[in-house]
Amino acid sequence: MAETHALQDLQHQAAVASKVYIQRDYNSGTICKFQTKFPSELESRVDKQQFEETMHTLNNLYAEAEKIGGKSYLEGCLACMTAYTIFLCMETHYEKVLKKIARFIKEQNEKIYAPLGLLLTDPIERGLRVVEITIFEDRSIGFGR
Amino acid sequence: MNNCEYQQIDPQALSGRTPTPALPPPPAVIRGEERLKARKKWEVFPGKNRFYCGGRIIVSRQSGVLPLTIGLILVTTGLFFVFDCPFLVKHLTVFIPAIGGGLFVFVVISLLHTSFTDPGILPRATPDEAADIERQIDNSGSSSYRPPPRTKEVMINQQVVKLKYCFTCKMFRPPRTSHCSLCDNCVERFDHHCPWVGNCVGKRNYRFFYTFIVSLSFLTAFIFGCVATHLALRAQGGRGLMFALQESPARYPFTTEFWSILGLSGFHTYLVASNLTTNEDIKGSWSGKSGSEDTSNPYSYNSIITNCCSILCGPMPPSLIDRQGFVPVETATQTSSTEMEVPMLAAKETNVCAQGTIDLLETASRSPCPQTGKPQAVVTSCPDANPAVTINPALISDPAAMPSLTCGGRHLSHTTSPPDEPRQPHQHHNRHHKTRTKKSHSSKRAALHVSSLSPPTSPGPGLTGTQHQGRGSFIALP
Repeated sequence: MAETHALQDLQHQAAVASKVYIQRDYNSGTICKFQTKFPSELESRVDKQQFEETMHTLNNLYAEAEKIGGKSYLEGCLACMTAYTIFLCMETHYEKVLKKIARFIKEQNEKIYAPLGLLLTDPIERGLRVVEITIFEDRSIGFGR
Repeated sequence: MNNCEYQQIDPQALSGRTPTPALPPPPAVIRGEERLKARKKWEVFPGKNRFYCGGRIIVSRQSGVLPLTIGLILVTTGLFFVFDCPFLVKHLTVFIPAIGGGLFVFVVISLLHTSFTDPGILPRATPDEAADIERQIDNSGSSSYRPPPRTKEVMINQQVVKLKYCFTCKMFRPPRTSHCSLCDNCVERFDHHCPWVGNCVGKRNYRFFYTFIVSLSFLTAFIFGCVATHLALRAQGGRGLMFALQESPARYPFTTEFWSILGLSGFHTYLVASNLTTNEDIKGSWSGKSGSEDTSNPYSYNSIITNCCSILCGPMPPSLIDRQGFVPVETATQTSSTEMEVPMLAAKETNVCAQGTIDLLETASRSPCPQTGKPQAVVTSCPDANPAVTINPALISDPAAMPSLTCGGRHLSHTTSPPDEPRQPHQHHNRHHKTRTKKSHSSKRAALHVSSLSPPTSPGPGLTGTQHQGRGSFIALP
């Protein structure tokens, strides 16, 4: 019991009020795209337009990663000719864009969402299933200072 | 060590510990016997897979006949090089073994790529995610009957597609994703589980698989042609075909290999051109067999070239299961396999106080949300759990792991001390082990086996990785 109480106390200190999950949008097929609908839980926290802009940029970045075009064909053909051994030494285009996405999310968190008591989790940490937004109680920010 | 895995956790030892790139133990070793160190995520992976080379190589536990496949290829090519090449080099050209060798290398590399690559496994939903989905299902479903519908319909390119809920992975499966029962994973763009390569064929390794069967067709066709040429030349120069056949060892299996591989390549070429998976083709999802009108494949680009290019030359998607990452010890229940120790969290929070706001938020965000999820739904799924054990429902990592809790409950019921508060089961779990380990070394090992199978019932934030041992999915006990 002591351990449970300790944990719940810690949770209150950390004050994770709730988590909101933005699911994938499959209307365009199996490409990685997240719903841009503004969740009701964030209405009091963040500006709708700001949020939608973040989601649109995120979707565009994933579209860039999965874009089928000349560059990806070249990469694919080269990989096929070398029996896919170049994947062992070369970073794929998708991986490069994923790093870009990680930087974007970090930047958005630092500039916009953390001051509002929110935290965006990179979707790759959730298997590209959801964008997890953690909502904190206001007092948790005071705790951190 | 007379402690189970959970018992070994020492807050003082862990509070100052940062995840160092420690060498991961081999998968077959019982973790309970080792000192606690930072573990990589592949070590706690819940699916039925085996990992080698520090998680870089992934194969299905059902390795099927992969050794046979490799053996057949080696033997066939070996016979070719030994019996046909010398004759053909002398009578035809020196390029014969060069081409044969090149094709052979290509085939083997493609095969190894297919077998050892993550096929597109989807990691299981975190407990908070699963709880959120459950809540949505319950809100949307009718309250008059149970269970609520576990399908979701989406519109893809003007086609209605039903997404099914996966009870193992606790999520709605994305389109074209299927759960492989042999590997116990949801695999994206699931084609089939191939026993010949000992792995699933899915989004990430379909191009390797296709390259493998096409190059194998070329190799067998090439060998078949060389063998036929060899026999023909011998028959010409010698005393007829029958004598030539008698002179060279019989290689009739070539013909059956050749035609079956050729058939398979043809079938998969058709699938690639129409952007279908074997799974969809067999089920007849888009061929209108189900009787519904106007079902066409919503994923096809309606151009053979574009379909082929997108599947074979499209961007290589990343592996989503992050095998190389370390299991975060300060998180509660990121995945159902995350190990969690309460004293650890207490120690870690002290350290976190000293960090900046962002770090605090990030660390805290991995804690389970106490208000999410549907506690009732989770708890009632485990009616046999020891009622004296107070489990924070929101912290339960995986309702499917409840059976292992029942194991723990049953285990505890055999002990003498009354488990009237959550801490006590934890304690006399320990006592139980200490008693058993006094007996003999073999019973000590037995205790470790048992302890590793029964999860700690202390209401810590989530269950340890032992729940997977309880499911028997990952740890192979000697």
